[in-house]
Amino acid sequence: MSIGMQTSKGVGRLLKINAWLVFAFFYIPMIVLVVFSFNASQRVNIWGGLSARWYPEMLRNDEILSALENSLVVAAISTLASTILGTALAIALDRYRFRGRGTLEGVAYLPIIIPDVTMAVMLLAFFAQAFRFLGNIGPQLQLGLYTVVISHIAFNISIVAVVVRARLGQLDPALEQAAQDLYASRWKAFRLITLPLILPGILAGALLALALSLDDVVISAFVTGPGGTTLPVYVFSAIRRGVTPELNAISTLMLAASTVLVLSSLFLQRAPKQERTTTKEDS
Amino acid sequence: MKTKFALLAILAMFAAACGDDGGTDAASAAADCEPGETDGDLSFYNWAEYMDPALIDQFEAEAGISVEYTEYESNEQMLAQIEAGAATYDLVVPSDYMVDTMRQENLLVPLNFDAIPNVANIGDEWTGPPFDPDNEFHVAYQWGTTGLGISYDAWAALGDEEPTWGWVFDPELSGQVAGGVAMLDDAPEAMSAALKYLGYSIGDVMTSGNEDAIREAGALLKETNDRLTKYDSVSYADDLVNGEVDVAHGWSGGFAASLFEADAYETHVYLIPKEGAVRWVDTMAIPTTVEAVCSAHAMMNFLLDAENGAALTNFVYYASPNEAAIPYILPEILEDPGIYPDAATMAKLEFIPQAGDLGLLIQDLFTEAKG
Amino acid sequence: MTAPKLAPDAAVRKAESRRGVFTAMPAAIYLLIFFCTPLLIIVAYSFGTRTATGSTRLSGWNFDSYERIIDDLVLGIVWRSFWLAGLTTILCLVVGYPFAYYLATRPARIRNILLVLVMIPFWTNGLIRIFAIRFLLGSDGPVSQASSSLGFGEFRILFTPTAVIIGMLYSYLTFMVLPLYVAIERLDWRLVEAARDLYANGGKAFRKVTWPLTRSGVIAGSILVFIPSFGSYVVPEILGGAKTLLLGSYIARQFGQARNWPFGAALSVVLIVAMLIAVVVNQRSAASELTGSSS
Repeated sequence: MSIGMQTSKGVGRLLKINAWLVFAFFYIPMIVLVVFSFNASQRVNIWGGLSARWYPEMLRNDEILSALENSLVVAAISTLASTILGTALAIALDRYRFRGRGTLEGVAYLPIIIPDVTMAVMLLAFFAQAFRFLGNIGPQLQLGLYTVVISHIAFNISIVAVVVRARLGQLDPALEQAAQDLYASRWKAFRLITLPLILPGILAGALLALALSLDDVVISAFVTGPGGTTLPVYVFSAIRRGVTPELNAISTLMLAASTVLVLSSLFLQRAPKQERTTTKEDS
Repeated sequence: MKTKFALLAILAMFAAACGDDGGTDAASAAADCEPGETDGDLSFYNWAEYMDPALIDQFEAEAGISVEYTEYESNEQMLAQIEAGAATYDLVVPSDYMVDTMRQENLLVPLNFDAIPNVANIGDEWTGPPFDPDNEFHVAYQWGTTGLGISYDAWAALGDEEPTWGWVFDPELSGQVAGGVAMLDDAPEAMSAALKYLGYSIGDVMTSGNEDAIREAGALLKETNDRLTKYDSVSYADDLVNGEVDVAHGWSGGFAASLFEADAYETHVYLIPKEGAVRWVDTMAIPTTVEAVCSAHAMMNFLLDAENGAALTNFVYYASPNEAAIPYILPEILEDPGIYPDAATMAKLEFIPQAGDLGLLIQDLFTEAKG
Repeated sequence: MTAPKLAPDAAVRKAESRRGVFTAMPAAIYLLIFFCTPLLIIVAYSFGTRTATGSTRLSGWNFDSYERIIDDLVLGIVWRSFWLAGLTTILCLVVGYPFAYYLATRPARIRNILLVLVMIPFWTNGLIRIFAIRFLLGSDGPVSQASSSLGFGEFRILFTPTAVIIGMLYSYLTFMVLPLYVAIERLDWRLVEAARDLYANGGKAFRKVTWPLTRSGVIAGSILVFIPSFGSYVVPEILGGAKTLLLGSYIARQFGQARNWPFGAALSVVLIVAMLIAVVVNQRSAASELTGSSS
């Protein structure tokens, strides 16, 4: 593990300085945010003493709670679905040759390329036409939280696929080949060798998907239906009226939640991680 | 084989969609409802932060139905959803020009005023506005103006003169504003302010299609661009209160809310320039996506009640068109000339009409002004 | 990218192909229905007509919207956006590569902690982070207060292009770091070691081995950064004061205020095609370089 650290001293020091500057850059705004969520003053940029009053206040707000619930549902389902679909897509594109592969590859990149607004407008137009069409032959549908989920999956598949492919691209196919000879079953070879090796890629993709889903305002605002306001959409409208300490309190809670999530995902990853290190050293 | 089938299905769907260009006309006749009658749960689509939640609770209790309350950020976002027709909304709150657009595109259901007896509470000045001359489709909800917010310090530096659009457009005056000037990031509003400064009537220019006047105003906006600190339609009022700028072009209610929240009445004020300014009104209307048409009428009637109308204004800080509500409105709101201008000022206010074909030119000139 | 596996005979190749189709099928069907079809609709819109009230008529197909794009006004906006997005990508790469390298070369335990530290701000709502930056850079914000108390005078950076660049860097740096980290972490360090023995010079070893081996990460990262910055509008609107119009805002404006959906659709279509060409060209050159270096 220590091989990679043999950089020259000067370069090493520069790398270190750069890293800590980046962390400072990442964290100073975050810390300011957290500190100011405990600001007693109604005005965000004037310090009025320490107080936690915005937290209970926020939790009494039904609108925030329902938006939070909506967001969690959307993020959870869309991340799970897009991680599975996106990983399969990445594997297919990287490991197999089949007809239409080139086209599929191109299509798979498109959702990343398209600006949010365009994606939002085209999905809205699509749902409108599809509902009209379906309405003629049977079910009467309308926009709702599930259309947000569908839309988030549509852009997150590509994100997951791109990240997983970056990982797959570096794997030695011979490794899998050898495993196949060893285990005879393709699935077993995949499960025991490829999957653990690309797991960091899959997790990185899933984290990205989750972050994007929790961040999306534009698409959600367009394709949601009655009662389907998500937290970012709520936050966006709240920000229009100015950043309030209540808003800082929500952000701080979101920050705490994401910290817990990242930590727990790491914890879950721990067992396979050890396995992976050994495979790497053995290989 | 399967791919071909999927393609065919998609093509069929697309063809069906293209053929179906007009809106649904399921609910185009005026509804037959009694006052207060409800016919199912209500789906209410309103601007963000534009309702006292207590009023919704009260309506639910009185009417015995539940309200699905959803918010939007802009008229255009609401319009896109209604145009798509893919979601059920029973009641929406379009602004003046948007009523015109929706009316012309057959997206609104005519109202049955027999079911809204409280419409009598609305002041006479609100009847027959240019955007709905026959009063068929809307009832007024809240109204306000577009003017200038300024810090008293900056005003003093400008010699405490009568407020003028020159603070934005006259290089000499705006040069004296040390903290900078901001404008709304909104083409029709920016254009209207420039037209007012140049002495035009917005209504005349738009209805007569006076392109020269619009180009002149566009050139003025372009000249002004370099001197501006920023364009903002979101945090203009907070920027003013926080000292990011000293003069800000913006909407009355936004300033009122920020001044109130920051307790900045001593330091900042909202003014309407002497050349006149834009007046706007948000209205309640029933879109063609309606299902509970009687419930929508019931909600309109409920909100037009004197005390309920006052409760709304006391919560959102915009002026109420509801004259019967005035006795119940907080005195500090009634006495705030930024929310309730005096008669002389009122006479100089104008609505922005639906710009029609000039709309694109206005957008282009604003884009060009930003360079 | 990777060399296709050996396929000794047609039967095996066929089985292989079937397996590939089977694996790709769920995602492919999903994208076909919920992405390609909507895309077709937007393409159709780009040939439609705008009515005076701003609705779109899907008849009387025409190229008017495409003709408008060659207007100097529009080209200026495109060029400015391209330039800004390119600068952001380069900055992200310059800062992000050494950062990812540093992360990836820490011992496993420390590395995991650092990775958590990277992920936490990334998961905080982007809008709120931008407002935090705005608050920091504001003329009465902490930075400005510190600078004036140190005697450097008031700090006025908000609503300038510098503020936009800072905001973009803050928003998109993680998009660069994650794929780079994944690529560097997977590096076969023995190769790097060998290269160092061979070239004796760290810089040269990096250029000849480390960089080419992590190129897939560089490409993925650059795509993930360039694209949202090219279409970005929240950052320039909030931190740049919306004074310089960028493509993202311009397109958003067509679907919003301006209500010119055909033009917005045409701009989107052109943007998509341009991006696609860039991605394909980039990939081709990367692929040829890889095969070139391995042979």
